[in-house]
Amino acid sequence: MKKWQCLICGFVYDEAQGLPEEGLAPGTRWEDIPDDWLCPDCGVGKADFEMIEVGSAA
Amino acid sequence: MQQPLVIVGSGLAGYTAAREWRKLDRERALVLVTADDGSFYSKPMLSNALAGGKTPQQLASFSAEQMAAQLQAEILIRHRVLQLDIDNRTLRLRSDTGAERTLAYGQLVLALGADPVRLPLNGDAGNELLAINDLQDYKIFRQRIADAKSLLVLGAGFVGCEFANDLLLAGYQVTVADPMSAPMQRLVPPAIGQGLAQALEQAGAQWRLGWAAAAVDHHADQLRVTLRRLADGAEESLVVDRVVAAVGLRPRRELAQAAGLKTERGIVTDACLATSASGVYALGDCAEINGELLPFVMPIMHCARALAKTLCGQTTPVVFPAMPIVVKTPAYPNVVVIPPANVAGEWRSEQQDGGAKSLFIDSTGKLRGFALGGTAVGEKAGLLQTLNG
Ligand SMILES: Cc1cc2nc3c(=O)[nH]c(=O)nc-3n(C[C@H](O)[C@H](O)[C@H](O)COP(=O)(O)OP(=O)(O)OC[C@H]3O[C@@H](n4cnc5c(N)ncnc54)[C@H](O)[C@@H]3O)c2cc1C
Ligand SMILES: [Zn+2]
Repeated sequence: MKKWQCLICGFVYDEAQGLPEEGLAPGTRWEDIPDDWLCPDCGVGKADFEMIEVGSAA
Repeated sequence: MQQPLVIVGSGLAGYTAAREWRKLDRERALVLVTADDGSFYSKPMLSNALAGGKTPQQLASFSAEQMAAQLQAEILIRHRVLQLDIDNRTLRLRSDTGAERTLAYGQLVLALGADPVRLPLNGDAGNELLAINDLQDYKIFRQRIADAKSLLVLGAGFVGCEFANDLLLAGYQVTVADPMSAPMQRLVPPAIGQGLAQALEQAGAQWRLGWAAAAVDHHADQLRVTLRRLADGAEESLVVDRVVAAVGLRPRRELAQAAGLKTERGIVTDACLATSASGVYALGDCAEINGELLPFVMPIMHCARALAKTLCGQTTPVVFPAMPIVVKTPAYPNVVVIPPANVAGEWRSEQQDGGAKSLFIDSTGKLRGFALGGTAVGEKAGLLQTLNG
């Protein structure tokens, strides 16, 4: 499981946790999130996220 | 030959508009003009990069050359637009080297941003105030605080509070002064502002709420700031190494004003981001959209997506969902959805263990906005659903 961070606002999407309140079940992989999904904190698209190391402090 | 789309400004507004438009039109020429070096960077991170040890270079994810390649655009960096001629549809530009030229546009997007407000202070050190509103300011800020220990932050709005928290985490002694009686008073109800004030105090901040800066003077290699208490006019002087000013932004509207475009607080646009001049659009911190200034990332993203369609001939008004503003103060995380300006209602606040929750309820009993602080931030997603549902 990986983590992805928004380059603009710092929001972190953790695949292990998912985002149940947005209908992304725990374990939902980044590739499986729809392309039109937007960062819940700032509204940028998936292209503005980058993978961060698993278990990193960020 | 069809004239290019010209976008002025390479901040989040200019670059996002360019990107969204390029997705829809792969053919037409795009020229981006910017007074800075054209790096794509995250402005929100300027106020939380210090504690994470991020250098200015790390905040810039792409250079102007990389952006030009991604966008199939010509990017004129270090070129300032001096003048806009809406009758002839041209711009007058001057480069850093002093060379001037004229550029014709088919359609024009103004994404000029905003200038930090300069406080009119007495004293001989007014020019020592550090205002951080772009990557270049941030570079200077980092240099100037390298050997400092104590800082005064003027302004307890959301940007001032974020810088205060970041500086505390980086080990500085921080005092925050603001004429208002609670932090972020224009954005959140007192319950949340007080929670933030307490949490930052516990993290080491000294507050001077109800105090306004009156003067700043050199004092050996430090600065002496004279603060005045609004309630009784009492004065206090404070000696610190550096002073950060975070006292608000003023939309850059001079260029538009001089060209005869309608301006109020910002460059006036309708819901389709069209200014009063045909073929000229505005978005981002410079724009006043349907009477509102919305200087935040999420509205800019929504505007850019709507504008891209409009620029391609499919006129599209921007429709904003409920937009949370996440305040990056780790000592007391908080998030707010500002209620619409024209809605009558009241804030209802409740304290909970380590947090506070305020709901803005309109006269029909409907939820129209909220602010959550500390442990209550977890309720964000649920409340957003209620608002958007
Ligand atoms: C410290 C800080 C923290 C923030 N944190 C958040 C946050 O957490 N969440 C959030 O939603 N928002 C946040 N914001 C607000 C958000 O970052 C801004 O609303 C947004 O970045 C503005 O983008 P912009 O493109 O409109 O303006 P800018 O980024 O200022 O871009 C303006 C561009 O116009 C160019 N320009 C101006 N005049 C001319 C001219 N005459 N000729 C040529 N070029 C010109 C400039 O060089 C620049 O490239 C924060 C702002 C600050 C300052
Ligand atoms: Zn984000």
